[in-house]
Amino acid sequence: MKMFFLGVLIVLAILIGAYLYRVLQGPTIFDRVLGLNAISTKAIILLVLIGLVFDRVDMFVDIATGYALLNLVGALAVAKYLEQKGLP
Amino acid sequence: MEKGSLMTFSFEILLLILLLVTAAGAILVKDLMSAILLLGSYSFFLSLVWAWFGAVDVAFVEAVVGSGLATVLFLLTLFGTAPKDSRLRRPPPPMAALVALPLLGILLLYAANDLPQFGDPNSPANVHISPTYLEQSYRDTHTPNVVTAVLMDYRSLDTMVETVVIFTAGIACALLLRRHAS
Repeated sequence: MKMFFLGVLIVLAILIGAYLYRVLQGPTIFDRVLGLNAISTKAIILLVLIGLVFDRVDMFVDIATGYALLNLVGALAVAKYLEQKGLP
Repeated sequence: MEKGSLMTFSFEILLLILLLVTAAGAILVKDLMSAILLLGSYSFFLSLVWAWFGAVDVAFVEAVVGSGLATVLFLLTLFGTAPKDSRLRRPPPPMAALVALPLLGILLLYAANDLPQFGDPNSPANVHISPTYLEQSYRDTHTPNVVTAVLMDYRSLDTMVETVVIFTAGIACALLLRRHAS
């Protein structure tokens, strides 16, 4: 079972590379924001999976929750910035 | 176990590649907004690396402060500055840095050979004072978590002054942001 989780970890990390291409390349700021949000959804899963590999899910769920909450705050801050400054 | 260690290794390499790509992107990208977003993802990958090495507390702080709070603080700074500042024109890096920094990196890698193995029970970090804390902290402080016992009991004055520093920084941030709002 541990091997399965490791495999899922590797596949998800490769998938993050695809999103990262969009974040780095993205012509507009919206591409970057969307790519970043998609990365963070993968990221939450990655954290829980690392917990499963180490048999310490209870600790890693805390980090994943904290990251999810603060990611929402970050996305709201970006949205507010774009609202005030106008679109680039 | 051979296959397992290979998969572990490839996951670590992938993680480090993602870390390097985001760090380079944050330096090379052309406007400040994208650099902030990339820095956020950089510190997120860093927190994944910490979590992978078992330093869960550090990973938690990196995820919350590095990719959450720092992003918001940088964005608030962009709020307060003129819009013409958000485009970057970088001068090319000086020649001395291009030569000296790789040399420094090689020197550090050479020195890293002498460090004890990761998780070695006989390394100085594991035999010097850690056993004392592990054996006596519960009897001394009645705190089940050793990290909490060290931070809040043995080094409580240290922690208190750190709190004062962070509180002062928070007040300064609040004052600056309020002045901008009015």
